[in-house]
Amino acid sequence: MIEARDIVKSFHDGQREYRVLKGVSLTVPEGEFVAVMGRSGAGKSTLLYQLSLLDHPTSGTIVIDGIPTEGLTHDERTAFRLTRLGYVFQDYAIVPDLTAIENTAVPIMMQGIRKKAAYEKASYALSRVGLENRLHHLPSQLSGGEQQRVAIARAIVNNPKIIFADEPTANLDSETGSQVIELFRELNENGQTIIMVTHEDEYGAYAGRTITLSDGEIISDIQKKQNAVSL
Amino acid sequence: MNNSNSVRVGFFLALRGVRRASKWTNFLIIIVMALTFLNLMVVSGILVGLIEGVVKTIRTHYTSDILISNKLENNFIERTPFILSVLKNIPEIAAVTPRSVASGMVEADYKIIRRASEIGNRAGTSIVGIDPEAEDAVTNLSNLIIVGEYLTPTDYDQVLVGALLLKKYLNVDSQSFQALENVDVGSMIRVTVEGSVREVKVKGIVRSKADEIDRRVFFINRQLRPMIGREDYNADEIAIKLKPGADPNTIRDLIIAQGVDRYARVQTYIDSEPKFVKDMKQTFALLGNIISSVGLVVASITIFIVIFINAITRRKYIGILKGIGVSGRTIEISYIFQALFYALIGTAVGISVVYLGLEPYLLAHPINFPFSDGILVVTPLGTIVRALILFIATLISGYIPARLVVRGNTLDAILGRN
Repeated sequence: MIEARDIVKSFHDGQREYRVLKGVSLTVPEGEFVAVMGRSGAGKSTLLYQLSLLDHPTSGTIVIDGIPTEGLTHDERTAFRLTRLGYVFQDYAIVPDLTAIENTAVPIMMQGIRKKAAYEKASYALSRVGLENRLHHLPSQLSGGEQQRVAIARAIVNNPKIIFADEPTANLDSETGSQVIELFRELNENGQTIIMVTHEDEYGAYAGRTITLSDGEIISDIQKKQNAVSL
Repeated sequence: MNNSNSVRVGFFLALRGVRRASKWTNFLIIIVMALTFLNLMVVSGILVGLIEGVVKTIRTHYTSDILISNKLENNFIERTPFILSVLKNIPEIAAVTPRSVASGMVEADYKIIRRASEIGNRAGTSIVGIDPEAEDAVTNLSNLIIVGEYLTPTDYDQVLVGALLLKKYLNVDSQSFQALENVDVGSMIRVTVEGSVREVKVKGIVRSKADEIDRRVFFINRQLRPMIGREDYNADEIAIKLKPGADPNTIRDLIIAQGVDRYARVQTYIDSEPKFVKDMKQTFALLGNIISSVGLVVASITIFIVIFINAITRRKYIGILKGIGVSGRTIEISYIFQALFYALIGTAVGISVVYLGLEPYLLAHPINFPFSDGILVVTPLGTIVRALILFIATLISGYIPARLVVRGNTLDAILGRN
């Protein structure tokens, strides 16, 4: 479903070039739960940004659902993210002016669905993450864990095939973090592909496959129930 | 994503953005917009009103609605009795005042013996003969008396003197503006007109802030006529006041249709406006627009800064919205809606202040300018045009900063990178 080949991502600081990703290649079939792990600065989040089309790789190709993404325009990439991808950011990243249901309804309304129907779908998505009683609360009235669950509801409301999550438990206590990971596991069991960046082994263990990055390169790719694949 | 979705979601985001913004922020932006609109309306409105005040005074106290005057080739209005009979038969006419006008001179301290080279305490002026009652019915001249009393029909050897003929009221020291010193109500002055010389007493002083009135000396017509040799009943000016609702143009045409234009010029108060007044009106309107334009630019920059700061501080959320698939166009539209909302409310507040406060107040209490009682001139068309200008300026000022922020890199916005 996702095929990334020789992904290189470089940043420039004056004359110096920093290569954050050094030719990463990976394939993620439909329905997998992948944990991308590694130390801070290993390039985990950068890889996720490339795969989720939030950023352009310096070189390399990414094909999602058979569609090569490097030729897509800015607006086409935005539309692609809207219709096919869900994204959960590290620090909740929900819009402070919008209530839980409004935050969740925006991606559906963008697809032309009327407000009432969008609210019904958003309400359902929020009930899936246990927030059916917090629909009309503003982010400032929600706890960190509740805000992260709103972000997850927003990511799943369009029923995307792939959900990207960047350190979704980083700002949560262990109990709430476990609840969030459990939620991803449930989504994965329902057929959605999950690609989650985490540096916590405890949460990485939930995934069926663990890819470990170090210094911009994949150093291990381990499938549960299978032997580790050393690179 | 189609445009209607962008508009719909843009409106959805804008409405919530405004509704949940700080009340003080909303209040401040709306006040800025209202003041901008007031600046657009009031600066030019006062400048035009300054001249309009003069025009209004001249209409009320001099020309009235229609003024009949002598043809340029004649010294007076021929067949005045015929013209008056024509006017009497027009039902829309409320009152008429014929006047006799002649050039003359007034002198004070004339009993003092002077050297031959001394000019003396004198001033050239227009001497006007009126029927006090008819004149008052048309021009309300008695209301302009600032000291002393108005004339009665039998006030022989008594005159009203325009304030600008007296040094006391004219603070200009120029040969072009001669004025009498040491003259007040009760003073005796000497009037010379068409060779006749007469000593008269100042009964009242007239001030209107219009030179046409304030540099005249008023006699009762019955006394002036013989002095200027006008034994026929011909007049030099006939001011006509119409009944409320009557159209001056229509009545002018009606008077002309009855042959009056063969003997005199028939003009509405607008026709008789001197060209310099028309030019001044245009000049002041232009000045007002220039000053307002500066205000508009300042306001546009203010709106730009407000929206830019708003967009910059919300850059992360703009990035997130883009990250979850909301198009840049949708976000831009939401900022435009927000800016237009502020413009709409600001304009509504501005219009309310102008039409419910300033305009009626200044009409009742004009600004006391030295040469005019300034009022605020606002028209529905002018209001619409200025509201549109403000809306367009707001649209541009709201769109540009939103676009600058929205067009930035999505990931940089989310991560707060520059």
